[in-house]
Amino acid sequence: MPDIRIRGFAGKIDSPNPFWLASAPPTNCGEQIMRAFDAGWGGAVWKTIGEPVTNVSSRYSATDWNGQRIMGFNNIELISDRRVEDNLREMAEVKKRYPQHVVIASLMVASNRESWHEIVVRAEDVGADGLELNFGCPHGMSERGMGSAVGQVPEYAQMITEWVKEKARTPVLVKLTPNISDIRTVARAAKRGGADGLSAINTINSITGIDLDTLVPRPIVDGKSSHGGYCGPAVKPIALNMVQQIMSDSDAALPLSGIGGIGNWRDAAEFILLGCGTVQVCTAVMHYGYRIVEDMAEGLDNWMRSKGFNTIEDFRGLSLPRVTEWKHLNLNYRIVARIDEQKCIGCELCHIACWDGAHQCIHLDRVTGPLNGHIELHPTPAIREAESRASIVETTVARNERESAVVGPYPTPLARIPRVDETECVGCNLCSLVCPVDQCITMVRVDTGLPPETWDERTRGAACPAQTQS
Amino acid sequence: MSTATLPDDPQLRERFSELKPALAPQAAVIEADRCLYCFDAPCTAACPTHIDVPGFIKRIASGNLRGSALRILDANILGSSCARVCPVEVLCEGACVLHRQNRKPIQIALLQRHAMDAFQSSGELLLAAPTASRKLRVACVGGGPASLACAAELCRRGAQATIIERRPLPGGLNTYGVAEYKLRATDSLREVEMIRSMGVEFRFGVAIDSAAAVSALESEFDSIFLGVGLGAMQRLGIPGEDSKGVMNALELIAAYKVGHIREMHGTIVVVGAGNTAIDAANAARRLGAETVYLLYRRGRSDMSAFDFEYDHAKQEGVQFLWRRQPIAIRTGEYGRLLLDTVQVQQVDERLLPIPDSHFTIECDVVVPAIGQSPLAQLIQGLRGVGVREGRIVADLATGQTDNPRYFAAGDCVNGGREVVDAVAGGKRAALAMLKTAEVAHA
Repeated sequence: MPDIRIRGFAGKIDSPNPFWLASAPPTNCGEQIMRAFDAGWGGAVWKTIGEPVTNVSSRYSATDWNGQRIMGFNNIELISDRRVEDNLREMAEVKKRYPQHVVIASLMVASNRESWHEIVVRAEDVGADGLELNFGCPHGMSERGMGSAVGQVPEYAQMITEWVKEKARTPVLVKLTPNISDIRTVARAAKRGGADGLSAINTINSITGIDLDTLVPRPIVDGKSSHGGYCGPAVKPIALNMVQQIMSDSDAALPLSGIGGIGNWRDAAEFILLGCGTVQVCTAVMHYGYRIVEDMAEGLDNWMRSKGFNTIEDFRGLSLPRVTEWKHLNLNYRIVARIDEQKCIGCELCHIACWDGAHQCIHLDRVTGPLNGHIELHPTPAIREAESRASIVETTVARNERESAVVGPYPTPLARIPRVDETECVGCNLCSLVCPVDQCITMVRVDTGLPPETWDERTRGAACPAQTQS
Repeated sequence: MSTATLPDDPQLRERFSELKPALAPQAAVIEADRCLYCFDAPCTAACPTHIDVPGFIKRIASGNLRGSALRILDANILGSSCARVCPVEVLCEGACVLHRQNRKPIQIALLQRHAMDAFQSSGELLLAAPTASRKLRVACVGGGPASLACAAELCRRGAQATIIERRPLPGGLNTYGVAEYKLRATDSLREVEMIRSMGVEFRFGVAIDSAAAVSALESEFDSIFLGVGLGAMQRLGIPGEDSKGVMNALELIAAYKVGHIREMHGTIVVVGAGNTAIDAANAARRLGAETVYLLYRRGRSDMSAFDFEYDHAKQEGVQFLWRRQPIAIRTGEYGRLLLDTVQVQQVDERLLPIPDSHFTIECDVVVPAIGQSPLAQLIQGLRGVGVREGRIVADLATGQTDNPRYFAAGDCVNGGREVVDAVAGGKRAALAMLKTAEVAHA
């Protein structure tokens, strides 16, 4: 029976589960956070508290993709627009009613020691379980010398972290901005400053799109726009990479709360496998509501059960050793694409993808056969298509579609099932990625008969690296 | 000058509300996004006119509706009516690869209609070659889909085309013969108007029914395209067939579509089991007939109507009488008709009456719907145009007949297939005529 409770995160934070709400609109006030806890969230990072701001309208925009709403989400909203005392009073109330749940105070104040000392004390006095220093907000606040203006300069980040640590009695998490060429530099600075943990990533600078009627980028504020912060499913791969970079760097690695495009238990498991101790969610909740946490908890539990993991610690970080530098990959490992004729539906997307986007080794010649023996010559896709469109088709007079059931060994006519030329296939995966049918194209290992060899091994001690060979 | 039109008839519109309403704009985009964008797509191959289906669908998804419509029209000038009347279940949508994944096929017809409706409501006209360049003169006899497609293609490529139609309205069966809930006569006429605006000339009320008319045609035009369709509907060949109250399916359909019949009452018996029989039976129900029987001498599995047409008729409330054959029509008291029928059974290839199974149906209208006879007399008089089994013999690829000045396509060649087949044939014939003329002038 798996136990998904978190114990002693960043030193002393216990949480009913690893699922926290990120500092954002879903954690704007105490009423929301208590409903979230009722729905099953283990913790919440309060929407960043600081000198109240004035926001604009509109504030959000999104990138839709292929009929799906909100592949990526963008905002130009600032930190809390509510008074510090209101937020803190409600925080005290929440902690009183939900002592087992985690409330983290996200903080952002002017960059001087006194301001930080004051806010730290006030937040901890009302019962915050930890502090998250918002060094990440990429818009608006950064123009005022806060948020990512701090997070992009390691020295500032270290300095403020040190100020906070002078007063803090609870764990201090530093929230990192991805809008920097190497996120590890600031992570290391936070660690040097004494941070107990990290949160990553904050949102990515973005312009989501432009209204092609008015020519104004979105979100539109009275005919103008401003860059915002990008999040949602689109940023998950970027976030995972940064999480891996941080956790694989001994000078940077700290207890990490993973953020970036997490919307279900699979996403959460992936962040944990790269070393995160907790995960934070915002966009998916803004899209679907707090209720998504039910499946996150159930799904993670079921997956852990099937894998034999009893606690989060059992699998945390297990994928980290599987990430290496390119030069340590085995050059003699070879896979080729195989097409399952029984599953193929004949869309021929693998064919055109391989011809135009890869290595011209998926052919439509199962019926006609190779044209020219060992060295194969094939008509280009354009020629094939032209031939097809020159054919004369008439609707059949036999109108009895009842009898037009599938005949033959495959559901798809053999002429439409592509063939992989395995001697030419480089095993790039493209066809299996474009194939719309699960498990129709699989990548199968072929024995090269060669021992494993990496680029590093091949060129070690070589006088002249092989770049010059090209 | 515009082609003749029909007045809007709200009662007709209400009774024959569209079977498949148009997609809302967002629904169209969502549906378009489902398309896999197959390479060398089977749906395109299955369309007789080879419309670039994934191409026009992806243009809908991207919001390029004008490009989508032009993509359709490039292959099929009657893309609007084909979107409504094509039996897509056995054509493009039937070929959709999603079937093999047990998923619903892409709703190609509705997407095509979406693009075409947007184009037509934009009011944009299609470009044709400049009229000054029109040296080749072609007469297209018959105003149906084959001729329309042929004439449009000719105009588009710089020839002059004149459509000669014996009826007052153009469009052939698109205007007069398709169930109104699939394609409204007014929509057919709107489509013809677009073709007219490309420079196609129309002559209405002109029948080519004499040697003199044929000679006049030959002296005025370089080539003659025959898109004359099929002949009159087959007769039942039973006593009393000419009684008042007997009206064949095409007469019934044409009459209600142009407003000559607005209501029907009582009991209607349709004889036959093809798609036209179903259209007539459904029409009778929608026009108000309380009881509609469809009488067929064979069984359910032998009927030539598409499965979905059969299912539709059942939903409309049409009752099917299987293995029953009409033997006579009498006029009874109060002017009602008495249709004498007998149950039959198939022995080997023959249908034999079952003794003591006679049954008389008292009804108000009998609608023979057992197919169209092959051809009007016109063809017999055309010099050198070969006819076999009632169909004009024409080369499949070019539509050229045994007389090289004559080309033909559509039902008069293929014996009665779909609108889209007629369009494809008309287009192929136009291209062949242009090529022939090019060679001659070279």
